[in-house]
Amino acid sequence: MYRRWLWPASALPGVLWLVLLFLVPFYAVLAVALGTVDPILFQPEPIWNPLEWNVGWLNEVLSRLAPGGIWFEVGIRTIVYVVIALALSLLIGYPVAYYTARHAGRWKGLILILIILPLWISYMMRMLAWVNLLQEDGWVNEFLMFTHVLSEPQDWLGGSHLTVILALVYGYIPFLILPLFAALDRIDRSHLEAARDLGASPWRAFRRVTLPLSKTGILGGAVLITLPMFGDYYTPNIVSGAPSTSMIGNQIDLYFHGGPQPTIGAALTIVLAAFLTILMLYYMRTIHRAQREAGTVGAL
Amino acid sequence: MTTVAEPRVRPQPSTLTRLRGWLRNPWGKPRALVVVTWVYILWSIVPVLIAVQFSFNATRSRTVWDGFSDRWYWGDPVDSVLHDPALSNALAQSFKLAIADVLIAVPIGVLLALGLARWRGRGSGTANFIMLFPLVTPEIVMGVSLLLVFSHVFTFIETGTTAQILGHVTFSISFVVVIVRARLFSIGRQYEEAAADLGASPFRALTRVLLPLLTPAIVASAAVVFAISADDFVISQWLSSGGPTDTVPVQIYAATRAAPLPSVNAIATIMMISTLLIVTVGFLTWRFFTRGERRAGKAAEDFGRAFDLT
Repeated sequence: MYRRWLWPASALPGVLWLVLLFLVPFYAVLAVALGTVDPILFQPEPIWNPLEWNVGWLNEVLSRLAPGGIWFEVGIRTIVYVVIALALSLLIGYPVAYYTARHAGRWKGLILILIILPLWISYMMRMLAWVNLLQEDGWVNEFLMFTHVLSEPQDWLGGSHLTVILALVYGYIPFLILPLFAALDRIDRSHLEAARDLGASPWRAFRRVTLPLSKTGILGGAVLITLPMFGDYYTPNIVSGAPSTSMIGNQIDLYFHGGPQPTIGAALTIVLAAFLTILMLYYMRTIHRAQREAGTVGAL
Repeated sequence: MTTVAEPRVRPQPSTLTRLRGWLRNPWGKPRALVVVTWVYILWSIVPVLIAVQFSFNATRSRTVWDGFSDRWYWGDPVDSVLHDPALSNALAQSFKLAIADVLIAVPIGVLLALGLARWRGRGSGTANFIMLFPLVTPEIVMGVSLLLVFSHVFTFIETGTTAQILGHVTFSISFVVVIVRARLFSIGRQYEEAAADLGASPFRALTRVLLPLLTPAIVASAAVVFAISADDFVISQWLSSGGPTDTVPVQIYAATRAAPLPSVNAIATIMMISTLLIVTVGFLTWRFFTRGERRAGKAAEDFGRAFDLT
């Protein structure tokens, strides 16, 4: 009876593909990062046997990232950028998602399409749009000078922290709003009505009912944009390009594109991946708890 | 004679009255939310529209508007998208990768989604887990690992078009699985069971019942795969062998960091309109196939929900 093997067989090509082109490549990064370097050609020599792994390069990368190391500042800057960008995204994204899910009424469909629209516009196109606006003689400077906020044009694209953070927000916020919307839209209105009937003020009802019930959406969306932001290198490059705004991703990019030492780049990639895995595990634990709590709320 | 009281119709407040109420109390609920939402929408879309406008500029400036012209699309004999080989190659390469990606990733992803949803037994949990990885792995990690695997393990594949296609398919499969699986859950198992009760073999139930029911999800995932492949920058850049294998996003990135001409805006506009057209066709097909299943007027919402990845 082929009933038993029909479904595993149907999954096989996909599983095989992901093993060969996702898991094996990741193992290759490990083998290079924990391998040695040819002393003459400076070419990385991967070590495939885990028992012979050489942690020298990994230690080198960790000491560079530690306080006092040459990458310490870059590491801190990356975390600060991501945290501020995430906070701003939530501050803008939550009200938008909330309004769309709760109060948009007959506009809901249209607003939803307009919110989804940026997801279908290439990231590079959206960055290009801002690079044009932020030129020395661009519309942003013209506007700020016209309204007398600035007296002379500002150099927005020459290494401004503000520009990079706002570019990150602009680039990633659509990916946050959609899960937020989905979580808010799923909330059963009767919970809210019950809270109001029992005398809660609108603000209290929001804080005690809506906010906790949208926690999974907040966390999910936050993870969805935080992980790629930590690996970003093109956004700071395109809107600044200055070393003063460089992120961890830029260091990886440098070591592979033009840099002499792919081994160090691979080791840094491993450190980044490990850091993000910890973040991801924390998220999964929180989600698990939140779902259990939400379960009890529903039961009551 | 008794007079029947006219039913009192409360007049709808005119736009002007409402506007006056707004000005008197701009922070009353949910007016602040309305303002935030529409300002956000303008902020997210208007810069792109301005970039589109400047792709039609008559001069080389991307900041000063000097009148309408088609020179950056085909008019200029050297620098237009049509005549600059770097730009026209990038456009061809982007389409080549996106189409190959759709043709490979959609069938593999649909089969994987079916397998993962119906396969109960050893290995299914692990397979489910592996499927989620590409969705949460930052692209730079994937770029590094694919570059290293092609330079140290699968050395018979060099960087270039083949490597780029393999990379694009790798990150696309999981998106197909997520979209198709959501549809599988909403279909449920009753149609398959009915087919089995009527004597259909599992294979026949799959091809005659399940696949037709999955059509909207397959169409939607094809549109999504095209869009994410056309949008992809990191994998295309890391696996590019330079020159003709640079895609549109790679060209935009390179040009923006140098001194770009409005022809970059033009190529970005062409790519954007192609993607939006394909997604719209995907949406309309999806709406056609799911007509009668959904609450009236909620097509856009349901379509949006199809891409809720959390």
